[in-house]
Amino acid sequence: MSTSPLDPRQQATVDVVQVAVQSRGYWATVLGRILYDKVTMICGLILLLIILSTVFADWITFTDPYKANMLKRLKPIGTPGYPLGGDEMGRDMLTRLLYGGRLSLFMGIAPVVLALGIGGLLGLTAGFLGGRINMLIMRIMDVFYAFPSVLLAVAISGALGAGIFNAIVSLTLVFIPPITRVTESVTTQIRNLDYIEAARASGAGTFAIIRVHVLSNVLGPVFIYATSLISVCIILASGLSFLGLGTEPPEPEWGLMLNTLRQSIYVNPEVATLPGLMIFITSLTFNLLSDGLRSAMDIRL
Amino acid sequence: MLTYLIRRILYVIPICLGVTVLVFGLVHLAPGDPLSAVVPPDAPEEMVQELRVAYGFDKPLPIQYATWLGRVLTGDLGVSVARGREVTSELALAVPNTLILAVGGTLLGFTLGAFFGGVAGYFQGRWIDKLATGIAITGVSVPHYWLGLVLVIIFSVEMNVLPAIGMGPNGSSNWVWDTEHMKHLVLPIITLSVIPMGIITRTVRATVAEILNQEFVQALHAKGLLNHQVLMHVVTNAAPTTLAVMGIQLGYLLGGSILVETVFQWPGTGSLLNSAIFERDIPLLQGTILVLAMFFVFLNLLVDLVQSAIDPRMVR
Repeated sequence: MSTSPLDPRQQATVDVVQVAVQSRGYWATVLGRILYDKVTMICGLILLLIILSTVFADWITFTDPYKANMLKRLKPIGTPGYPLGGDEMGRDMLTRLLYGGRLSLFMGIAPVVLALGIGGLLGLTAGFLGGRINMLIMRIMDVFYAFPSVLLAVAISGALGAGIFNAIVSLTLVFIPPITRVTESVTTQIRNLDYIEAARASGAGTFAIIRVHVLSNVLGPVFIYATSLISVCIILASGLSFLGLGTEPPEPEWGLMLNTLRQSIYVNPEVATLPGLMIFITSLTFNLLSDGLRSAMDIRL
Repeated sequence: MLTYLIRRILYVIPICLGVTVLVFGLVHLAPGDPLSAVVPPDAPEEMVQELRVAYGFDKPLPIQYATWLGRVLTGDLGVSVARGREVTSELALAVPNTLILAVGGTLLGFTLGAFFGGVAGYFQGRWIDKLATGIAITGVSVPHYWLGLVLVIIFSVEMNVLPAIGMGPNGSSNWVWDTEHMKHLVLPIITLSVIPMGIITRTVRATVAEILNQEFVQALHAKGLLNHQVLMHVVTNAAPTTLAVMGIQLGYLLGGSILVETVFQWPGTGSLLNSAIFERDIPLLQGTILVLAMFFVFLNLLVDLVQSAIDPRMVR
């Protein structure tokens, strides 16, 4: 009895095994991998905790995030009634950190989502149509690539002026070019595969091909890439507020809180570092989560 | 090879033009009259009109752009509204200060990143790899403006061993190679180095791991080369990618130093941008952004050229 790989009986068993694995489905496999990945699970939980506690800050905290109290200025961590101390206006740090997370998270996620929509569409168009339109879109993106991301964000929101809306506009513009590039390169790769040709030959229309064959293969990598940008976006958004360009006082936001507490590092250094610590933890968990998702979905960028 | 080089160099021209359009357009993104920064709100209408003509704001945008571009090409970036000095001379003072920070940060980040990444890639999957990967991901996740603040708190406020702000004693804004100035350099450079450190660690780790998994490494071992001789081959193969990443990182630090310069009140281009934004000093804002973007464009070109010189696979 030969045991060569070409032995039909052995081949049959191999096929059966493959079918068995495949029948679990792609998403079930991904979920299984994530459940086994301790780091990703822990990060997901921490992030969930941060998001929930900022969203439901109204019900968790009992103090007003805007109410100043000059007697409680820069109280150290652990002061009765002020578990994380007071800020430079005597406002409760814990309350402000929780409320501040709303804006920081929103300004970290919204630009990436917007850029994913716009950049994804541009990249899909450029990659699928190719030719002149590809040239036009990608050359315009190249111009935006001539600016380091921090400089572009600062330049645009500096020109537009302070404000949450302006910061979101500028950050969206920062993230459109990289998302367009990634979408374009993935789309171009897929467009040239044989099965697209086969679909076309079998009479599928352009939109059907894009919807069924291209989009389903492009979305995964582009989505993973976008999640990796959220961490950058949170740091940049808070950075803009830190410079005085994003959120305006007295609005609680981590970057702005870091900025206003900067003057008091000689009085109460521990309290001054708290907003930055929150930015750090959030951005780190987003990064680790994105890495975990990427390896679970088995995507190489 | 030659056609690639020429095409790559020529491609800089349309990019530069695009950059000037974008930088010029920035001013007109700004809401309100571009004159509002210069003219007090209660100025008489005739005076505003006169100034509008003097600044050329009465002409259509394309003509304004053309005149501005013409002046830029001759090296004239205008006069700073708030400081009353030539933008070019302001930049001549600030750019070297930022360069010192950016180059220092990149070199430190590169040294640490190459070491961590090399070790991680060589000992793939072991605890030391996990440690280095952890350091790398921390480096890219940490908001560096906050790290700078923490370093100031530790080394200036608590231990009082290093200066917290400025570039030298008594608010010096001219770089001198003495111990006082070097002391001021320590914290900003450490702060700036974390992002390139993280990114270079990741790149080097991935590159080294990929090279080690290739067959030629086995062949080198089979040929009887010693471990450190094989390592030399790995280094030469990993060098082009790593150098390219390092070059881009230098550009990012140059253009993105504003946050760190604000934390340390370093008198560089970032501080210039900061004051230009808040004093609505449009010529200074335009000039600084333009120069920083040009630096980045030419750095990218240089990276591509160097990379294609040492790695012929790059030329397609």
